[in-house]
Amino acid sequence: MTGHALEVIGVSKSFGALQVSKNLSLSLERGARHAIIGPNGAGKTTFVHLVSGLLRPTKGTIRLDGHDVTAASPERRVAHGLVRTFQISSLFPKLTVAQHVGLALSARYGYDAKPWGELSDRTELMNEAAQILDSVGLLKHAATRVASMAYGLRRLIEVAIALALRPKVLLLDEPAAGLPSGDRAALLELLLRLPRDMAVLVIEHDMSLVFRFAERISVLVEGAILLEGTPADVRSDPRVRTVYLGTRAHG
Amino acid sequence: MRYLGTAATLLVDGIAFSMVLFLISIGMTVTLGIMRVVNLAHCAFAMAGGYLALALVQHASLGLMAALPIAVIGTMILGAVLEKTVYRWVYATSELGQILMTIGLTFLMIAAANLLFGSTLQTLPVPKPLAGTWEAGDVILSTYRGFLVLVAGAIAATLWAVMEYTDVGARLRAAVDNPRIARAVGINVPRVFAATFALGCGLAAIGGVLGTQMLPLEPWYALKYLVLVLMVVAVGGLGSIQGSFYAALLLGLIDTFGRYLVPALGAFLIYLAVVALLLWRPQGLFGRS
Amino acid sequence: MKGTASGPAERSAVVREGFERHRFGWLDALPWLCVVLWFVLAPGYLPLGTQVIVMIIFTLSLDLALGYGGIETLGHAALFGLGAYGAGLYALHVSSEPISGLAAAALAGALAALLTGALILRTRGLTLVMLTLAVATLVAELASTWKSLTGGDDGLTGYQIAPLLGLFGFDLAGRTAYWYAAAALAVLFLVSRWLVNSPFGLTVRGIRDNPVRMRMMGVQVTRRLVMLYAISGAIAGVAGGLTAQVTKLVGLDVLGLGLSANVLIMLIIGGPGRLYGAFLGAAVFVILSDRAAAINPFHWLFALGLVLILVVRFAPSGLLGAAERAVAHALRRRA
Repeated sequence: MTGHALEVIGVSKSFGALQVSKNLSLSLERGARHAIIGPNGAGKTTFVHLVSGLLRPTKGTIRLDGHDVTAASPERRVAHGLVRTFQISSLFPKLTVAQHVGLALSARYGYDAKPWGELSDRTELMNEAAQILDSVGLLKHAATRVASMAYGLRRLIEVAIALALRPKVLLLDEPAAGLPSGDRAALLELLLRLPRDMAVLVIEHDMSLVFRFAERISVLVEGAILLEGTPADVRSDPRVRTVYLGTRAHG
Repeated sequence: MRYLGTAATLLVDGIAFSMVLFLISIGMTVTLGIMRVVNLAHCAFAMAGGYLALALVQHASLGLMAALPIAVIGTMILGAVLEKTVYRWVYATSELGQILMTIGLTFLMIAAANLLFGSTLQTLPVPKPLAGTWEAGDVILSTYRGFLVLVAGAIAATLWAVMEYTDVGARLRAAVDNPRIARAVGINVPRVFAATFALGCGLAAIGGVLGTQMLPLEPWYALKYLVLVLMVVAVGGLGSIQGSFYAALLLGLIDTFGRYLVPALGAFLIYLAVVALLLWRPQGLFGRS
Repeated sequence: MKGTASGPAERSAVVREGFERHRFGWLDALPWLCVVLWFVLAPGYLPLGTQVIVMIIFTLSLDLALGYGGIETLGHAALFGLGAYGAGLYALHVSSEPISGLAAAALAGALAALLTGALILRTRGLTLVMLTLAVATLVAELASTWKSLTGGDDGLTGYQIAPLLGLFGFDLAGRTAYWYAAAALAVLFLVSRWLVNSPFGLTVRGIRDNPVRMRMMGVQVTRRLVMLYAISGAIAGVAGGLTAQVTKLVGLDVLGLGLSANVLIMLIIGGPGRLYGAFLGAAVFVILSDRAAAINPFHWLFALGLVLILVVRFAPSGLLGAAERAVAHALRRRA
């Protein structure tokens, strides 16, 4: 498929007089490894909501795989291959890990409305669920109810759900948030093993993770993109240092 | 001219009915809107006020106007006590849990009303100076209902003035808009809630005491008018006193005129209007989305 | 966090364990044992037993909608009542054959649920509750004023019910009615169980727990809820139809707020989201209310109010939930 996996063109979002997103533009090709960084309140989560469809932009266009999805509902965007994870784990407390992945697979296979039969009878689905859980290291927790699981493991379930939906564009909203350093290393390893044909956009604060994972980085400050470039470009740009370290020229 | 007369009578009757609904629904919309608490027992407080006044009239030989303030204060005390006790449990549970718990509380109050006052329909006597009618040509207006409209109007105006222009009102509005920030700024949110709850009960009691001509007292009062009050609150918008005012007027007038003009359809029209309105604007006329 | 050395078959087996398939155990025979025992030990109370069974079916329908789908409704009686009037009118104007009458009742309930659900299930939370209440009150008012069709306050009467399968007449002692209702319960319970264990069942539980997440998985949430609501409506309709056929009278109270509140209470007492909670809650409620109402309806109301407050505070998953926790606690103590 020629063209970009994800295109965000001139997207702005205002709440009344308050403009939270200013003329944002971004484009990801197949297999891209992109990160968005920026200080708190820069509008990163708003950006994720805009791309995933929970918010509609006031101005601008969003395209998935060439299709205009600016006005499309979240469900339609998923159908076009966009999947996002949640910064604050958004799971189903009473269900088991296996059921979480099962739900995602059932949605993808088109079984979600099937009122008879049992999911666990579908061999192909079970095999894929097993393979996904194994790849994120959650296989032994398959029968555990999510409510009783540690926070770090719950973040992994988010990734498992995302993988089960076989996205063309994967949007990870602060996947390392709240994780201790050991879990972060494991997460990075997981991210590095993501399929090469999947475009991945990570919103993150953890700089070491970002610099080791991303091939391109956009810096978001006060709702606008300050700059976009390779990790080397971003690391050496004085403006970025100013924004993060607050060392201003005037004093 | 005769039609004008009938229309005028209906109008006053309709507005009087609306005003009683309004007085009762203020408390409910505030608790729903501010505290996000479903309090299905709210109408029971209106009933409690009415019954308290009845007891004073019957056993202390007080007139309606003398019994009113005592009944209102008594109901406010009842509300405050329940708020500190049972309602702590209500706050702590889910939405469905709140519905069930407050239904349970309503059942308790209905049983208590039956035990204390019996199950027959009762009304409070209209004071002599307010009895009778006021006539002008073909227009015949019930004096009492006119009085009711004036009182409710005065209360509405006072509430609006308090909300808009006083410090207390500002604090309440802050607590509504964003409890977390309000707390950070030093507003004692739980105390504001407790006070508003008691006030809401008091206003409901006024409605209950003054409105017995249209809403007679009986143990089932607490449930009988609950649906109507809920509809007023939902249509007006949760948390909006202004919304309740207009919704009560709208629904009360539709009900009064509807029953007169198209009796075959009865109250069907109101509920159809409510469904249509809520589907068009789920947050109500004045609610926030 | 490398992959394990086990083969795909072993891994799938581990995953399967996570799907909690419900296998029939001896405990599942308990409710049916009670059904048989009641017939044997309390032959003079068969109408009460039939009422219990009908209410179990009604509560099952609510369990599907509310317990499994999270659809909070204060107007479920509308679906029950429309089923009742449907069966009654069918018997009066079309045919006195009972099973087709039940089908008519199911259809009435399902259609009503489908139409109203499509309109109102787009909303959530309090707005949805208000809408269910408004719709139910609307239907009740309609029935009340359309006297020529429904008989109004006097109720719908004067229809006959033909013998079941042409063989078993509905006797005064209520034996046929009892087994008729029990058979309906058995069928509908199996249907509910299939539904709940199916992919659709998992989907609606997901919608119940986190509708936004389900949308982000590409699931058409409203459409699924409407489908669930329609199935629930069909089952509620059957319960209403049974009542109409067994008592040969349909009064306005089948549509009332009282019944909507009662079925909600039955489900909460038993425990939502467990199917068997419907059995327990309905049985306890109907039997107790029958005994208590005979003594003093207001005392019953008082007791009910107290029970409601206490159950929601201390046992929000109902009696079954509390029993489950007690058993789990006891097992942990042993280990």
